Amino acid sequence: MSQALFEYLLRLGDDRLVLGHRNAEWCGHGPILEEDIAISNLALDLTGEAQLFLELAGKVEGLGRDADQLAYWRDETQFRNLQLLELPKGDFAFTMVRQFLFSAWSHFLLEGLIQSKQEDLKGIAAKAQKENRYHLRHASEWVVRLGDGTEESHRRAQAALDQAWPWTGEFFLADDVDRVVAAEGLGVDPSGLRPPWEALVTDVIRRATLTVPSPPMRMVGGRKGRHTEYLGHMLAEMQVVARSHPGAKW
Amino acid sequence: MASETRAETVEDPIQMALFDARIDRGESIEPKDWMPAKYRKQLTRMMSQHAHSEVVGMLPEGNWISRAPSLRRKMSLIAKVQDEGGHGLYIYCGTETLGVDRAELMDQYLYGTAKYSSIFNYPTLSWADMGVIGWLVDGAAIVNQTMLAHASYGPYARAMVRICKEENFHKRQGYELCATLAKGTPAQKAMVQESLNRWWWPSLMMFGPPDKASPNSGDLLRWKVKQKGNDELRQRFVNLTVPQAEAIGLTLPDPDLKKNSETGDWEIGKIDWDEFNAVLAGNGPCNRERIEARRKAHEEGAWVRDAAAAFAAKRAPAAGHAA
Ligand SMILES: [Fe+2]
Ligand SMILES: [Fe+2]
Repeated sequence: MSQALFEYLLRLGDDRLVLGHRNAEWCGHGPILEEDIAISNLALDLTGEAQLFLELAGKVEGLGRDADQLAYWRDETQFRNLQLLELPKGDFAFTMVRQFLFSAWSHFLLEGLIQSKQEDLKGIAAKAQKENRYHLRHASEWVVRLGDGTEESHRRAQAALDQAWPWTGEFFLADDVDRVVAAEGLGVDPSGLRPPWEALVTDVIRRATLTVPSPPMRMVGGRKGRHTEYLGHMLAEMQVVARSHPGAKW
Repeated sequence: MASETRAETVEDPIQMALFDARIDRGESIEPKDWMPAKYRKQLTRMMSQHAHSEVVGMLPEGNWISRAPSLRRKMSLIAKVQDEGGHGLYIYCGTETLGVDRAELMDQYLYGTAKYSSIFNYPTLSWADMGVIGWLVDGAAIVNQTMLAHASYGPYARAMVRICKEENFHKRQGYELCATLAKGTPAQKAMVQESLNRWWWPSLMMFGPPDKASPNSGDLLRWKVKQKGNDELRQRFVNLTVPQAEAIGLTLPDPDLKKNSETGDWEIGKIDWDEFNAVLAGNGPCNRERIEARRKAHEEGAWVRDAAAAFAAKRAPAAGHAA
């Protein structure tokens, strides 16, 4: 059981670590100063949540690994994040559409997690839920603004949606890890989150005058450590300083 | 263009005398108050340079966010860079009270001749730079801004009070990072010493040329926008920093550094003003990269700004298109 919970917490942590990292790539390069600051905020929240989830994962694992050891000393095949989140940040439309799709999913996931019987997990979920509410609102507003802005922004937003959409199938894939933690009342089985998620995102997409894509879902495997080729490069950069100095304190 | 013409204007001597008297009494000048065209121009120049510097300043440190070696450091660094953006925004708003808008100012520095602090034209080459910049660059900024918090122009002075609080936090955080590296592994200690060696002299240049060679200081001092000369501020910074370096076992790269037992000042060796002038003239190590990065962000963001404006216009009830 604690093995399943450990795996489950890695997934929660890695999703946020990786997306936070991608968002932080905008820092200093945003389209408007106000937005530069807002994306940095998203990055900051997500990284903070990742730290809490990973710290707890280490505690549950019981081998003395802390959040930093998990973040900096695992290789890409040991990462458990959704593949959508590791894709390059793309243009501003892709960044916002991805954030929107993820935050909408996160919204329902966290709603379940604040009922967790694991007290620490419940506490982190409550904090994350508060932050996620803001992320969802911010990203939704941008999706609507871009979709219903100019011809160009509409085209870019639709392209971003078309690009991101096939990866969202992974949001709802459940395996034994999910089923075990759900059965124990510790976590949420994501397969049940599709209907409310679809309702929410469809509503926003429609208000944005965009079209809900319906291509076949891609083959994915982030939860099992199968990633895109992008993640390795991201981690090489993220981990280079830490790994160049084994045993050092920062 | 408009400001060029205004600068030629001969001011009404009575207005001028009243203004000078207000300055002498230490009153704060507010946006709606009468002010000489030259005061407005100098302030606009100084405040917008400051705002540009905050924004360009996001780049050298932003360069290391993706490589921060711990999650705690990564978050502090994101937060710091974000704060600098906030400072930029805040000062741009202050500058707008002088009647110039942000878009115009941005244009002047992205495509014109407006300047920003030369320190940001140096590259960040190691993780230790994230500590040394906080300690020295934010540290130097604090010495400058503590003085500017008493500037005669109200909006600028108030912005400085608020910003200084955050810069102090950045400085403490940077110094703490340096201290951690200095007592870390031999490689970490070497990393922070190497970084200090690179940043020490450029940070001293942040106070600008010696007063006798500073073309704009005269008016700024007379009108109490600035209250102290460059040399005095630089000395204050040196006096603060020397013992801090000593306390964490680092050496400042100046063989001539010595304490004057009479004045108590730490006297430094000769600053290489040729280097300063070269960087100022656009030939520093990263001038082109910095401005190109900001132009790229600005140009690639154009469609986003257009979209936001178009959307706002569509949804605004006053637009008359809807309903
Ligand atoms: Fe600042
Ligand atoms: Fe700062």
